[in-house]
Amino acid sequence: MTAAEPQTRSVVVERDIAHPPEKLWRALTQPHLIAEWLMNNDFQPAVGHRFTLRGEWGGVLDCEVLALEPPHTLSYSWNHSHEDPAFDLRSVVTFTLTPTDGGTHLRMEQSGFRPTQKQALGGALHGWTGFLARLEQLVAKVD
Amino acid sequence: MDHASDILFRTLADPTRRALFERLCREGEQTVGALTALAGVSQPAVSKHLGLLKQAGLVQDRHEGRQTHYSARVEALAPLNDWTREMGAFWAARLDRFEDLLNRMDQ
Repeated sequence: MTAAEPQTRSVVVERDIAHPPEKLWRALTQPHLIAEWLMNNDFQPAVGHRFTLRGEWGGVLDCEVLALEPPHTLSYSWNHSHEDPAFDLRSVVTFTLTPTDGGTHLRMEQSGFRPTQKQALGGALHGWTGFLARLEQLVAKVD
Repeated sequence: MDHASDILFRTLADPTRRALFERLCREGEQTVGALTALAGVSQPAVSKHLGLLKQAGLVQDRHEGRQTHYSARVEALAPLNDWTREMGAFWAARLDRFEDLLNRMDQ
């Protein structure tokens, strides 16, 4: 074991969207709308509310609302428990909405992983079909 | 390539094993008999392939009576993933759906 502080990583995706922040906020915070673009859930817009996101692949993410400032900031934890610490995922997802002339600038940041967690859910979340297709191309180069 | 990735590649390089693994990913837990019915090879051959998949950590087995059930351990593929790239792709795809939804919503 090392005493060094684990480094965190983050993923940032930014988009300019031609809709007002209030409308984005609804899609980010209403469970039936969240289900349409993200995953099945029992989200409630209240700080401290614990909920789960359930992926098509059978995975379950444990989440808790950390910050809620309509229609500007939404933040929740995005955790996946696993008996093997290498696959244990602890992260935070933050959506930041900034009004623009044409609509909204949306920034999504997911942060908080240690490098040892880089494996974790990535492939699972992305969908196995695409991943396995690429894997097939890769294995074609082996041997 | 590190040792874990090497084993994964070697195990999945075989098309029969890859097909078995993909089927378990897609359809969930299956018995050896059910897997054999569609694999196009004999049951001993399927069992051997499943044994190798298990050694690589790609599947796990569960005994129930005389039946052995196999299921995929998709997390075993993790060493092959670059986390940041995968999550970036995940969010890009989800935000495409987010924008589609916004276009369909009433003001």
